[in-house]
Amino acid sequence: MPSLTSADWSAVRLTLELAAVSTAILLLVGTPVAWWLARTGSRWKGVVGAVVALPLVLPPTVIGFYLLVAMGPSGPLGRLTAALGLGLLPFSFAGLVVGSVIYSLPFVVQPLANAFEAIGRRPLEVAATLRAGPWDSFFNVALPLARPGFVTATILGFAHTVGEFGVVLMIGGNIPDRTRVVSVAIYDHVEALEYAEAHWLAGGMLAFSFVVLLVLYGRRRQAGGGLG
Amino acid sequence: MADEMPRREQPSSGPQRAASVVAGEPRARRPVSQGEDARDEARPDEHRIRARFDVAFPGFRLDVDLELPGRGVTALFGHSGSGKTTLLRCVAGLEAGARGRLVVNGECWQDDARRIQVPTHRRALGYVFQEASLFPHLSVRRNLEFGLRRIAAAARRVQLEQAVALLGIEALLERMPERLSGGERQRVGMARALLTSPRILLMDEPLAALDHKRKQEILPYLERLHDELDIPVLYVSHSPDEVVRLADHVVMLGEGRVMAAGELHATMARLDLPTAFTEDAGVVVDGTVAAHDDHDHLTRLDFPGGAVWVQRQPVVLGRRLRFRIHARDVSLADHRVEGTSIVNLIEVTVKEVVGADSPAHVLVGLDAGGSALIARITRRSSAQLALRPGRRMWAQIKSVALLG
Repeated sequence: MPSLTSADWSAVRLTLELAAVSTAILLLVGTPVAWWLARTGSRWKGVVGAVVALPLVLPPTVIGFYLLVAMGPSGPLGRLTAALGLGLLPFSFAGLVVGSVIYSLPFVVQPLANAFEAIGRRPLEVAATLRAGPWDSFFNVALPLARPGFVTATILGFAHTVGEFGVVLMIGGNIPDRTRVVSVAIYDHVEALEYAEAHWLAGGMLAFSFVVLLVLYGRRRQAGGGLG
Repeated sequence: MADEMPRREQPSSGPQRAASVVAGEPRARRPVSQGEDARDEARPDEHRIRARFDVAFPGFRLDVDLELPGRGVTALFGHSGSGKTTLLRCVAGLEAGARGRLVVNGECWQDDARRIQVPTHRRALGYVFQEASLFPHLSVRRNLEFGLRRIAAAARRVQLEQAVALLGIEALLERMPERLSGGERQRVGMARALLTSPRILLMDEPLAALDHKRKQEILPYLERLHDELDIPVLYVSHSPDEVVRLADHVVMLGEGRVMAAGELHATMARLDLPTAFTEDAGVVVDGTVAAHDDHDHLTRLDFPGGAVWVQRQPVVLGRRLRFRIHARDVSLADHRVEGTSIVNLIEVTVKEVVGADSPAHVLVGLDAGGSALIARITRRSSAQLALRPGRRMWAQIKSVALLG
């Protein structure tokens, strides 16, 4: 009975790497965006919120297509990366990271924004009356209180990036060790009628996703919070 | 509440006296006074709070211009929606839309004319919220240290051990806030605020979320803060009992405006109060325990111009006790009535007679030789007794409410 080939293992490793790097960047980028969305009274809030949520409804091919154009030699992003001496992003790991970050953005920003909103203003007012400046309050009060939101955002961002297919195919292609992630590998196996190999990878993805969601919903049931 | 015997609201098992937390004399209760004395005018800015604010919300506007003493407890009193909490938030700098000017004991915290707006975290204030609002992710000790660690060591005038002892929370230090009762949380919240060594303590109805029993549990601690710390307190409350028990100075707010403000005894003795105080009118008197009668189980409290006998109090001679005499518990006679069950008879001079909250009644302002009294009697009685300013009368006091 065939099991995973070394090429498949490489795809698994690449997938996990991509998900880890993308999640780290997503948390860095998503936290300030979520903070702003949770606390602003600006009329741009609706616009920004809608843009962040776009990947939820757009077909991945649409996102992939526009990214491909933008990162290509005549696209604005492509010109920028070329001018900076970074070369072009399509069909590279870095390109996949950019695509993943955009693709998974709502899965990180929305739980974070909900968590920040749930904290309310009171704990930050309390912190201010206890001499904590805005940054101090953010790091020592808001972040710890939003911890459940960060756990949810990390899990969802990671899992969603692992499950990415359309965007990867559009901008990453299928280059072993560089852009060939698990979802693409499964596609290849099926194309080649290698159902046994496809089963190993697909079954692994299924189990992974189930466990992730089980952890998530198990946590949510016992979640609590608020100021004491 | 027509009890003939006085009642005492403070349980005798109050907290034991702790060493004074801040160097300096424990604050003495001010003597009964006839109003804002001239000394106030001469005081420099270091000992006063000047607050002028204008802030508008949909359907509500706060517009106040106040000058408050920079020591003792000032109660901001009014019904819900009167703007008292908003005023407190303005002082703390938590209302971003508030325009105005604020100087606290010589420090300017806001002056729009000079574009000064000190952010909340740079104001040396302590704030006790209505719900204690402890940080749920930190233990009681870490909550207490939160503010303490953020001020310079040289500026720390209140030490952790002192605040903990003052509020009786030694046993709670390692607990998480969720494991505390409402009263315990509120005490931790007060200690936490004190540990920032504030120049002013702002308290927003710290007792409102508590039931009667918890209130009685915390009031003695509040009085200790009052007596042992030389920190001015702005105390928001809608409870007349709390106000007369704790305050030295009172600001009455209604619909975002100041209805009356002044020294507690003088303000309470005013007959023209526009608030619900008219129905509940009465004076506040600070008496001294002068004698005990063990045979009849009575204690005599002397005050300028008179004395009252109350139920035997377990306190030493010379101790000050604040009490309240409601206008409805005072009746008048044109001679010293013999053969009455009423123990407390005081000779008084009529100062003025004004209409009361009901058309059938009048309020009579009385001078008991240095202390003010108010009697609420029927208009008919007033006419029959021919009450007019200057007339000597006997006040019969049916009940005295001790406030601790």
